[in-house]
Amino acid sequence: MNVAVTSALREPQALPGWTSPQWEALVRQARSANLLSRLAAVAEDAGVLPQVPAAPRAHLEAARVVSQAHAEAVRREVTQLRKALASTGIDIILLKGAAYLYAGLPAARGRLFSDVDILVPGAALAEVEAALMQHGWATTHHNAYDQRYYRRWMHELPPLRHVSRQTVLDVHHAILPPTARLKPDSAKLLAASRAVSGEPRLRLLAPADLVLHSAAHLFFNEDLGSGLRDLVDLDSLLRDFGRPPEFWPELSARAVELDLARPFYYALRYCRRMLDTPMPEHALRAAETGRPPLGLHRLMDAVFLRALQPQQRGVPDRLAPLARQWLYVRAHWLRMPPLLLACHLTVKALRRQEEGTVPGR
Amino acid sequence: MIVADLRHEELARTLAGAGLRLRTGPFVSRIRSRLPALCDTIALHYAEHPLDDAGGFADFHVRLTAPRSLRRWLRPQVLFEFDDTAAFHPLPAGQAFPVLEWGLNWCVSAHCHQYLIVHAAVVEKSGSALLLPAPPGSGKSTLCAGLVTRGWRLLSDELALIDPATGRIIPLPRPIGLKNASIAVIRAFASRAVLGATVHDTAKGAVAHLKPPVDSVRRAAQAAMPRWVVLPRYEAGAGARLKPVARGRAFMQLADNAFNYHLHGRSGFELLAQLVEACACYELAYGDLEQAVQACETIAAQP
Repeated sequence: MNVAVTSALREPQALPGWTSPQWEALVRQARSANLLSRLAAVAEDAGVLPQVPAAPRAHLEAARVVSQAHAEAVRREVTQLRKALASTGIDIILLKGAAYLYAGLPAARGRLFSDVDILVPGAALAEVEAALMQHGWATTHHNAYDQRYYRRWMHELPPLRHVSRQTVLDVHHAILPPTARLKPDSAKLLAASRAVSGEPRLRLLAPADLVLHSAAHLFFNEDLGSGLRDLVDLDSLLRDFGRPPEFWPELSARAVELDLARPFYYALRYCRRMLDTPMPEHALRAAETGRPPLGLHRLMDAVFLRALQPQQRGVPDRLAPLARQWLYVRAHWLRMPPLLLACHLTVKALRRQEEGTVPGR
Repeated sequence: MIVADLRHEELARTLAGAGLRLRTGPFVSRIRSRLPALCDTIALHYAEHPLDDAGGFADFHVRLTAPRSLRRWLRPQVLFEFDDTAAFHPLPAGQAFPVLEWGLNWCVSAHCHQYLIVHAAVVEKSGSALLLPAPPGSGKSTLCAGLVTRGWRLLSDELALIDPATGRIIPLPRPIGLKNASIAVIRAFASRAVLGATVHDTAKGAVAHLKPPVDSVRRAAQAAMPRWVVLPRYEAGAGARLKPVARGRAFMQLADNAFNYHLHGRSGFELLAQLVEACACYELAYGDLEQAVQACETIAAQP
């Protein structure tokens, strides 16, 4: 498979030998996958950034300015968040990008952030929401159905937006919807979480749980628009945490414990297939617990290996849009029992029709 | 090789095929389009701009197409695509050239954060740059056009690219967009200026472009150090009133009109602070272009 952006991330040492047309394809792909700044960080860490020809290097430097600004913005936002929740005495568990940033992980290097995600105990949700509202965060979904949809069936509040800073915050009480077939126990995640040194009230998931949450998020997502970026996160986490060999058995045991063996299997499979993530053979064997049955396995390969590609590839893949659509349906299927899903999709369809007929909308 | 070296059919073929690799300042844009009117306008406005080899690196890959909707039979439209994805809503086909210009500006302002980018016109005289940062409607482009028809070198009429490493302004000489009454003002002010056809009823009203001076295009590689900041303000009936302004105000006007000041953090603040520190800063309220150009000449004549 000759995809410029994954080749470049796998083997940054080879970048100085790339030709101008190759750089053109690479910059376009990396940009469409939100990975241009990541590429800059990877090239810098490999010590090859100064040898990149000036024209493409300018794009890498521009992207780096953006990712640095994003990281600063996330730190500012988390500071505000901590102030807003200080009176409640509730600890904030940072998730995804913000967690990688505060953990000082290589996964945060050159990463772009679209919003901040936090996890709080389900019992504290109402108090957290009230405190956030007092400090300027307001809900984004004003439709009664959407509000109920999130509050009854989802693992997060409707996204909140700060009225003056316009930043978006996702407040989770679990990592998968309560209606999903897989049931990772949030209490176990909270129990294993760790404090961030020097940052009172901030906590992070345990390393294995960071990996598993990232996998659950990616492989349950309805939209793989930033799928490759998420896979790159996983790759970076696995490379970093996986250096001590004892991490791997711990990780696969935890996957089973949290009922996330399936997404864990996909994570290892596609990280290795697409990004050559180093992993011991025994880890792959252990992950087989989550292997889907043969027919489904073939289908998932066909779908994920397409949907995880950058959309800007030069060669059009007619099946890629179909793969993305199928993932949308699948994500919903995994998220809700059939009857609930049927009701949800009916409401959505009727609403779309209704909105389409209202003049002036 | 420059655009004028291509015969008309060659230019049309290149645009329709692999794309025209047009160099403007530090960037190469690969432009593709089958719209015949666009080919003519590019030939007019970009005649002296250099072309890059097919094997080189293009910064932006853009395409102007006619959307394949039923509407194309009634009211044909034009769509600006960046990296094969529509960047804006389609607009009437007659606006193809303004759409290309706005699109190319967007390519730079949305991606090229290696520079601090300010919405400003920049012209140069005896090696020093004069910046005209201003919101739309301030008479920035009109004054810029007036100055370049009187021998000032055009660096840009829209985008001041400030290089954080040197503090210099990187030239991006491209056609100057004139709006509404400014079009007639420039025709009267400089009878030999080359203006393209006026496109009516755009989002910004009537629009016509002034071809950039040949000398400015040839010297596009010569960056210039900022020395003057002039805050222009169109005021009907005023001749031209020039008065010095505090550096703090010039700073705020630059920051307010920057596209990516928020991304540059502390270094962006320091860069703009150094810039205004090294500049003489003025406000220029004008209703008469001749007097406004004279005012800028006066500023430049001061030691």
